[in-house]
Amino acid sequence: MRHGFLDRHSRLQSPIHALPAWSKALATLAVVVSMAVASPSWWPVLVVAAVLLAAVTWQSRIPAGFLLRRLLLVEPVVVIVATLALWQPGGRTLFAMLVARSTLSLAALILFVNTTRFSEVLDLLRRCRVPSLLLTVLALMYRCVFVLVDEAERLQRARVSRSFSPSAARSWRWVAFQAGQLFVRSSERAERIYAAMCARGWRP
Amino acid sequence: MHIPDGFLSLQTAAAAAAVSAVTVGVCVRRLRRTLQPRQVPLLGLTATFVFVAQMLNFPVAGGTSGHLLGATLVAVLLGPAAAVLVITTVLVVQCLVFADGGLLALGANVLNMAVIGGLAGGGLHLLVRRFGSGLRGTVTAAAFASWCSVVLAATACAIQLALSGAAPARLVLPAMAGVHAVIGLGEAVITALVLVSIGTTRPELVGGVETPTSRRPALAPRGLLVVLALVALAVPFGSSLPDGLQWVVGQLGLEHRAVVTAGAPLADYLVPGLDSSLLATALAGLAGAGLMLGVSCLLGRLLVPGKRARAEG
Repeated sequence: MRHGFLDRHSRLQSPIHALPAWSKALATLAVVVSMAVASPSWWPVLVVAAVLLAAVTWQSRIPAGFLLRRLLLVEPVVVIVATLALWQPGGRTLFAMLVARSTLSLAALILFVNTTRFSEVLDLLRRCRVPSLLLTVLALMYRCVFVLVDEAERLQRARVSRSFSPSAARSWRWVAFQAGQLFVRSSERAERIYAAMCARGWRP
Repeated sequence: MHIPDGFLSLQTAAAAAAVSAVTVGVCVRRLRRTLQPRQVPLLGLTATFVFVAQMLNFPVAGGTSGHLLGATLVAVLLGPAAAVLVITTVLVVQCLVFADGGLLALGANVLNMAVIGGLAGGGLHLLVRRFGSGLRGTVTAAAFASWCSVVLAATACAIQLALSGAAPARLVLPAMAGVHAVIGLGEAVITALVLVSIGTTRPELVGGVETPTSRRPALAPRGLLVVLALVALAVPFGSSLPDGLQWVVGQLGLEHRAVVTAGAPLADYLVPGLDSSLLATALAGLAGAGLMLGVSCLLGRLLVPGKRARAEG
């Protein structure tokens, strides 16, 4: 598996990508916070945010189809949670408001994630005095996700090639066994990674 | 259970973020004292493992499928403090790489899944493990603890939504707790199966990374108490705000003076707030926990054969 599957678009070249990470983080936070405090009578704020986000999407050369697909992925959760608001007085306005606020915040976050490299995000977090242990674990995780996805696929291929397709009850046992062995292999890999880190002069 | 942005009010999000930041800070400080350097990569790889294991599908009836959540599993494998750190990392990557779960809601998500999931799961596991010995005890306790941690996390999530005025408490609380009582059952079975898989092949991997010191068991029970206190404190508040914004408007308006002169505003809200449906939910939760303890014992017996059975077989 290629590592690029994580955040393909964060390596594009565009004026938005060239901006420093902190400015994009601040802008995203501003959009998200203004969405959180916006009440139904503030609907012009939502329109302004939508226009702003559309402009950023256009400038950043991120395909609009990609943005829409990512939005649709999370939208069911948003709608289900928002449906609960319908049982309140003035529920319909609140429902529309919640969906709109949530969608716009989500679009802002997707744009931030896809215009900023994770290494820049980590650098930003370090400057915000996030503990170094947390940063190390974050960096390791970002680096190793695709390695372990490959490992899981190898386990799955080995299982499928040695067995018929199991019944649902048995397949739980087998998938769980796969997960367990994935952890065993992760811990073995962690030991090798530690040796490699030490060989390169890493200090905790 | 990832709360997206736009649902939580600024106050709720800020309060949750503050609690999460403090707890994660305490856990990091504790780990820095007790963790050996060679275990740092293990934390990173475990976070990756949780992320990848969440992609493995467990088929449920009707073409749907569930997946592992993992907080309790990590708490059992590495210890509660490490679990908080690991699940926090998973949530941060899900938020900042995949835009899954809101940015402003990150604090609330960390509180629900990492802090409550890890500390409640780990704490309950340590408490219940005393009922059995060896792998069977671990598996039984882990199954019970993972069910409880999922239900507690869902309850906390429902309370935050209710406090933000995004959903009425008497609806969202039973709904979230009820749905997650079922999801928790799946999580309990998966956690137990995965632990059996690890425990039978590499038994030394089960049991925590923190070096055993005299202070070691202190964190988990204390953390569990904090979690239970948080939930218990928040329940009446959440239920006394049936429709957040309207309530605030009402308080700032005419009723304001009356409440202040009454002198005991809380007494006014606590009793009508804890109406029969919430009380019923709480009782159902307790009954469910009791039932789950039995199911866990059964699961432990089923999955881990006793010494006698192993000698015969």
